[in-house]
Amino acid sequence: MASLDDLKKRIASVKSTQKITKAMKMVAAAKLRKAQESAEKGRPYSEKMNNVILNLSSGISDKENAPKLLSGTGNDKVHLCVVMTSDRGLCGGFNSNIIKKAKSYFSKILSEGKELKIITVGSKGNDQLKRMYGDKIIENISFKESKNANYFDADKVGKIVIDKFENSEFDICTIFYNQFKNVITQIPQAQQIIPLNSEDSEDNTSEESYEFEPDEDEILSNLLPKNISTQIFKAMLENSASEQGSRMSAMDNATRNAGEMVDKLTIQYNRSRQAAITKELIEIISGAESL
Amino acid sequence: MSEEFKIEIVNPEKSFLVKDDVSEVVVPAYEGEMGILKDHISIISFLKPGIIKILSKSGDESYYIEDGIVEFKNNNLSILTSSIFNIADMDKSKQQDLLKQAEEESGKEEISDQSRYLIDQKIEVLKTLN
Repeated sequence: MASLDDLKKRIASVKSTQKITKAMKMVAAAKLRKAQESAEKGRPYSEKMNNVILNLSSGISDKENAPKLLSGTGNDKVHLCVVMTSDRGLCGGFNSNIIKKAKSYFSKILSEGKELKIITVGSKGNDQLKRMYGDKIIENISFKESKNANYFDADKVGKIVIDKFENSEFDICTIFYNQFKNVITQIPQAQQIIPLNSEDSEDNTSEESYEFEPDEDEILSNLLPKNISTQIFKAMLENSASEQGSRMSAMDNATRNAGEMVDKLTIQYNRSRQAAITKELIEIISGAESL
Repeated sequence: MSEEFKIEIVNPEKSFLVKDDVSEVVVPAYEGEMGILKDHISIISFLKPGIIKILSKSGDESYYIEDGIVEFKNNNLSILTSSIFNIADMDKSKQQDLLKQAEEESGKEEISDQSRYLIDQKIEVLKTLN
């Protein structure tokens, strides 16, 4: 059994850990509000963009000559996966959920005999993937310096993806991120961005015909690269809200666990203190009796 | 008087501007400036660097933009853009920065004709602002 002094030290150390996790929870809660706000504010842009593209692609006359970003290369041999994770740890299952989702997708692709290329965004994803898929990772991007998700960063990733597509380095591109549902639930998502998958978007194209200036093809080929960046930006916003939410609930749990531990240790401490006192008393009494 | 329509300018971060008493908007469309009045036909077009002029009851405003898409439908004008600046808030140094950036970019050799055209536009517009 641990001595009184040891117990005292342990209680103190658990208490200070609790203070740290509590502070982290507070910080995450404050950041979460901000991240959630910007995720909500960013929604109209990606929705509008989606609408315009839907309207355009439904109006396109010549499917054969449609831009490749929309219709695909006609192959599905080389898959590019953009795995988006956080740069910091201590956020519960946030990163491992994405990785798990991505890994099951990877093994599916590899078992079908297709080629796989990976871009990781965020250093945590790179850390976890480089052991198994180190030779597949072609690029690792991290935005440690940027405080919040911003469009400029997303655009950078988007440009890399488009460059690689134009050099025909891959046929299909999928992004992995966590969708923010609420503080407790984040859903890992795999979203195909090239070629554009218009099936999963709701059919809200209007019957009304538009006038295009210049023609549809030209607008589309201008718009689609922007849409890639927009989708990546949306994923980044969702991700940062999810990260904070996940960290908040993880730290909340840690704080509660630390509290329970302190209670248990305090009881043990008091018991052994009393035991020591009783033992001393017995010694004194039996000493007095023997006189 | 119902000669007014609604405008919404959205950038990736937020809804930049919403106004519903607009009488006319002039946008720098890709094939030339385009004025939009109420009951314009539904149109989609994209923008080149230039100045958006918004004429409304509550005062006229001008914005400098670098790119974007404009969609007009049912008297709702939406403009999607990733870089927009209110000219009234823009100071000289910001303009100079943008101009310098654009000039640097146009100095590069490997850019395509289309992007060169856009950059030249940008430089021209920025110079007129100064």
